[in-house]
Amino acid sequence: MDNTLPEKVPFWLDPKIRAILYQIATLAMVGALAWYLVSNTLANLEKQSIATGFGFLKKESSFEIGESLIPYSAANSYGRALIVGALNTLKVASVGIVFTIILGGIIGVARLSSNWLVSRLAAIYIEVMQDIPILLQLFFWYALFYENLPPPRTALSPVPGVFLCNRGMIFAVPRQDPAHFYMALAALAAVAGIFILHRWAKRRKARTGRSFPVFKASIGMVLGLPAAAWLACGAPLAMDVPHLVGFNFQGGTTFSPEFMALLLGLVLYTAAFVAEVVRAGIQAVGTGQREAAIAIGLKPSQVLHLVILPQALRVIIPPLTSQMLNLTKNSSLAVAIGYPDFVSVANTTINQTGQSIEGVALIMVVYLFFSLSTSAFMNWYNKKVALVER
Amino acid sequence: MQETTPIATPDTVKPPLTQVGALGWMRANLFNGRLNSLLTLLTLLLLWKVVPPLVDWALVGSVWFAPPGACRDAGGACWSIITQNIRFILFGFFPYDSQWRPLIAMLILFALLFFSRNRRHWKRYLGYAWLAGLIAMAALMRGGVLGLVPVESSKWGGLPLTLLIAVFALTAAYPLGVVLALGRQSKMPAIKLLSVVYIEMIRGVPLISLLFMGSIIFPLFLPEGVTIDKILRALVAMTLFTAAYIAEVVRGGLQAIPRGQYEGANSLGLGYYLTMRLVILPQALKIVIPPTVSILISAFKDTSLVVIIALFDLLKTSQTVLSNPEWMGFSREMYVFIAILYFLGCFSMASYSRRLERELSAGR
Repeated sequence: MDNTLPEKVPFWLDPKIRAILYQIATLAMVGALAWYLVSNTLANLEKQSIATGFGFLKKESSFEIGESLIPYSAANSYGRALIVGALNTLKVASVGIVFTIILGGIIGVARLSSNWLVSRLAAIYIEVMQDIPILLQLFFWYALFYENLPPPRTALSPVPGVFLCNRGMIFAVPRQDPAHFYMALAALAAVAGIFILHRWAKRRKARTGRSFPVFKASIGMVLGLPAAAWLACGAPLAMDVPHLVGFNFQGGTTFSPEFMALLLGLVLYTAAFVAEVVRAGIQAVGTGQREAAIAIGLKPSQVLHLVILPQALRVIIPPLTSQMLNLTKNSSLAVAIGYPDFVSVANTTINQTGQSIEGVALIMVVYLFFSLSTSAFMNWYNKKVALVER
Repeated sequence: MQETTPIATPDTVKPPLTQVGALGWMRANLFNGRLNSLLTLLTLLLLWKVVPPLVDWALVGSVWFAPPGACRDAGGACWSIITQNIRFILFGFFPYDSQWRPLIAMLILFALLFFSRNRRHWKRYLGYAWLAGLIAMAALMRGGVLGLVPVESSKWGGLPLTLLIAVFALTAAYPLGVVLALGRQSKMPAIKLLSVVYIEMIRGVPLISLLFMGSIIFPLFLPEGVTIDKILRALVAMTLFTAAYIAEVVRGGLQAIPRGQYEGANSLGLGYYLTMRLVILPQALKIVIPPTVSILISAFKDTSLVVIIALFDLLKTSQTVLSNPEWMGFSREMYVFIAILYFLGCFSMASYSRRLERELSAGR
């Protein structure tokens, strides 16, 4: 009778109970470590009489910030200073992302060019830029700006209206005019119009099979509507051209050397990685796809738009997004060359108030917010474009 | 026998000159089509504008071994900033008379790396060789044994420090990364959650915030009176950071192992630990060797960030030289030199990784 009954398993050999025990043990260990660290920290803070909490954000910051998108002075609070820093991070990241995608796309396509010289040069660029630390590149560009460029009096002017000197890049901008407001409105209207047009063309194509030149129409709307608004307002042409007054320029818009060095470094570095992503994406589309598309009689532009790009983009977009995130994270190196980004302002705040835990926590939370919102968007996008397999 | 003179038959007629040799190659690769011809000409023009002035600056008008004064008069690059300060750039504040010690330590490291290149040497004795090498390097750096003068870690600097951080952070991060990857694949919800939160959190923040954490907050975590070396704190931050990235790479390898391998191991009666150690991990880790090398490359590049928390790595020693009034204004030369050092390191690792990838894919 004995051998027909299942043997009684002692409870510590039961896999289910074991799993629970393992988890309890792990959680207990992590919890104990956390408790140990927190209690040490609290004891240390008490000894150094540092107040915890985020109350310091409301106090007067009493430090100046070199460049700011919103009005700010030393009399404002730490909270506002941090917002200025976050906006500066967003500024350099968004401008950088646009340029990176353009440059990276060009170099990635050049890498695949049938022209030996162009393809070799692109390969050398990619290899060299990827193998030099971004921080070193930032130092190099920064040094180039403040060491090797002339003072404002003898500023270089590669293009009329643009001046390069050791105070940064100064360039002419159109003089303030009510027309700009209407042009911005027209651009917004164009974006909305493209959205509607795109949906309408898609539905018409599904119904009747006739395609509509959406791409050309979109370009026309984006360029045409603001231009029409500009003409309707009397085509104001006045430019605010920078000119020398004493030892510095007046008028125009200035990009500081710190901003220029950071932007240049981030764009040149990240573009090398983006180029690799683009190259891999284009190569991932089999040659059979192109041949088949030509065989069914599509025009070259249709081959690109209907066959190659939709497939290549599916491969390109996810790694491209992570490169954009890398660029945003690398923009934190601004602290090393003195551009007032979020990390740099938070660092100053930590040094002044001694609220190191809160400061570092803020840095982490802000970047986590960027990262997690981007990956949430990516998951949504991936689901949308995922191949529907049989 | 009548003497015959060779007659030119059709198959001995040479192909047209424009199809073979240098000309043919140029036609096929540089001037095939109108657009490509234009591109070639534009590129050549660009090169003509850029390369000769660069050569002029770097080689023709350059000064190599002169004191700073003579440098200012020269038109070209001032490479003497490097030749005159090379020992400080490479070794930082390490006592001048003992600088042969970090030099030998680095040579041991390079020898070990060179020896490990060949996959035939990937045996147990290589592990012992690395262990012995690391102990020897530590002894050379720290001193205090065999009559070597002790040198405090606060005086370590330059290239040895850069290499030390890269090697140790990666060695420590690797096992941690594997454990995290296994944790993320685990069926136990609590362990999985902990691993996922850790990996995603670390990958979401810049390395610099972790370095700040290591340098500013870490001392607060410890009980009073306990202090930890500055280099060690940077090492901890680098390790925690790199581990999350290694975990993601290893997870890719784990996911590539077919289910049959797990089931086969189970049917042999192997438990979780043995399944992993004998069946899954050896295969998974082999697959991910190439991406692991790219993590190694970025970790090597990322060591330059310790300059922000004021450790005297290669970048900091070079900036110290540049802040000397005598040598001020020669940043370009200095940074180009450091860039070449980093490039050589990263490029050799990258090309090794490509070779390994070919070998491994050929073996399958």
